[in-house]
Amino acid sequence: MEKSLELINTRIRDGNARVVAAEEMPSIVDELGEEGALKEVDVVTTGTFGAMCSSGAFFNFGHADPPIRMERVWLNDVEAYTGIAAVDAYLGATQQSATQGEEYGGAHVLEDLLAGNAVELQATSRGTDCYPRRSITTELLLEDMNQAIMLNPRNAFQRYNAATNSTDRTLYTYMGTLLPRCGNISYSGAGSLSPLPNDPHFRMIGSGVPIFLCGAEGMVVGEGTQHASRGGFGNLMVTGDMKRMTNEFLRAATMTGYGVTAYVGLGVPIPVVDLDVVRHTAVRDEDILVDVIDYGVARRDRPSRRKVSYAELKSGSVELGEEVVRTSSLSSYRMARKVADRLKEWIETGSMGDLALPTRRINPEGVSRPMRETQQAPRVREIMERQVISITEDEEIRTAAKRLLKGETNHLPVLDKDGILVGIVTTYDISKAVVQDGKHRCVRDIMTRKVVKTHPDEPVDIAARKLEQNNISALPVVDTANRVVGMLTAIDLGKLFGRRWMK
Amino acid sequence: MKLLITFSRKGGREPVIARIVKETGVLINVEKANIDSMAGEMLIDVPDEDASVVLERMEAAGVSVRVLEDAIVRDEEECIDCGACISICPQEVFSFDPDWRIRLHPGVCVLCGKCVIACPHRALSLQQ
Repeated sequence: MEKSLELINTRIRDGNARVVAAEEMPSIVDELGEEGALKEVDVVTTGTFGAMCSSGAFFNFGHADPPIRMERVWLNDVEAYTGIAAVDAYLGATQQSATQGEEYGGAHVLEDLLAGNAVELQATSRGTDCYPRRSITTELLLEDMNQAIMLNPRNAFQRYNAATNSTDRTLYTYMGTLLPRCGNISYSGAGSLSPLPNDPHFRMIGSGVPIFLCGAEGMVVGEGTQHASRGGFGNLMVTGDMKRMTNEFLRAATMTGYGVTAYVGLGVPIPVVDLDVVRHTAVRDEDILVDVIDYGVARRDRPSRRKVSYAELKSGSVELGEEVVRTSSLSSYRMARKVADRLKEWIETGSMGDLALPTRRINPEGVSRPMRETQQAPRVREIMERQVISITEDEEIRTAAKRLLKGETNHLPVLDKDGILVGIVTTYDISKAVVQDGKHRCVRDIMTRKVVKTHPDEPVDIAARKLEQNNISALPVVDTANRVVGMLTAIDLGKLFGRRWMK
Repeated sequence: MKLLITFSRKGGREPVIARIVKETGVLINVEKANIDSMAGEMLIDVPDEDASVVLERMEAAGVSVRVLEDAIVRDEEECIDCGACISICPQEVFSFDPDWRIRLHPGVCVLCGKCVIACPHRALSLQQ
């Protein structure tokens, strides 16, 4: 059995289409069966409201007199991309203010414009025969722009992996604040209410399909960047006219320590044309699984702690190993519902007009590959100092002092009798021991036992972050048996710069 | 009930809390303390029924006391009810109501400030 889009659109025009939010579908199918649901329901509305970093807008500011070919442009001190003709720019949501850092960015400019606030535009140019002007400063309202077209390259992810943190320090990530020792789990997405889980094979959602975007009618452009539908991580590129949007459904935010992002409200109406649509729109949170990823591992391929369903995530806590860990949503389920409800209202009242099938299908088997790197990121082994001057824990402090002087170094890794790293002493530790009336005699008494270390295969960038975060200037480099094979100091990091200049 | 107390140490090092506990028998729970050579600030928790006697004794001892009612303030214009605050709060101040709105139980807040930093919408602040 099938139902034509024609019939659905006729019912919409006549004001008697039956529209339901995706949340309601499972119970409707339970009650009426799939055939019954197909007969009864004409449109299923979906919605999500969450942080979507990959968002932004194209602006055309109009020409000034004398005219300027804008080479660099800032809106409220947030730089926009101008490599697209004289008075056009693309402002990305995550671009940060040159003056306020992560507390204000592209998303805030977009929200300010939607709120009706004036935004200061500054632009510079070298000046040309046709565009002689070199700089301009003016204040603009959204209505002053010729066009303000939102174009979001990657929105509405089908699902998103949850996040936790196994290290012993708090991490500040794009998945929010992650407490040490897996103290919490954060997740994003509206689960079964989100658009794409309701059409996982991209039959109804594709290019040209009308959508709800930030309070206005928008449209699906096609697949989003990094679209990976084969693994269940598809996403959409979407567009809409900012002049019709509202700041209720576009909210600027800052993930502390990560940066600015935009909360975007997005919903897609799905016409119920056949049983396949019925089955997919009856998806439940229990059916949508994601990994709980350990963000404590600072590499691309972070390990998963377990699989978890959106139903478990939404319940407020998840079992992780022996412990019950509380969960936090980063996206707003209340607002996701509001998106789906608003969309329902639009269709019921006919204000959205006809629904449409995709003019071009989105690839349901999309795969996102990692970056091809022609030069491997430098590893610790390439720049570490291999000549290690060390000391054992039962030697005298005086001996340590002599060795530091002789070796012209500030750090001595402390080894046990088997050559295993057990601590570290620095010139500071020794100076302190001398000043404090010399009660201590052995290295063991003054060494730091909890040593921050690295290993030969670790990328230098990660080791450098360890130095910075712990406010230290050297790291012992250890092998898998915890034997010291080198030292990495701030001086070694300098070698890298030397190498870059050589190229 | 949570009381925020502040005192000067210029007059000496009187063991105020210990004395009040000893004399009144009220079990005072110190949840946060910041004391230096000149002054101190403390967040204490006392059973509701004993609050007035503790308050009286504190004030008599020259300590200024403020009853902490709405320790954490939420800006409802900014809050979008995401829930980022829920799992990072050690005191479980935040939860969802059945309509997925954030519900606050400010009485258990110990002013740690974790939620203020974690809120993506800068909707939370500590009462000054």
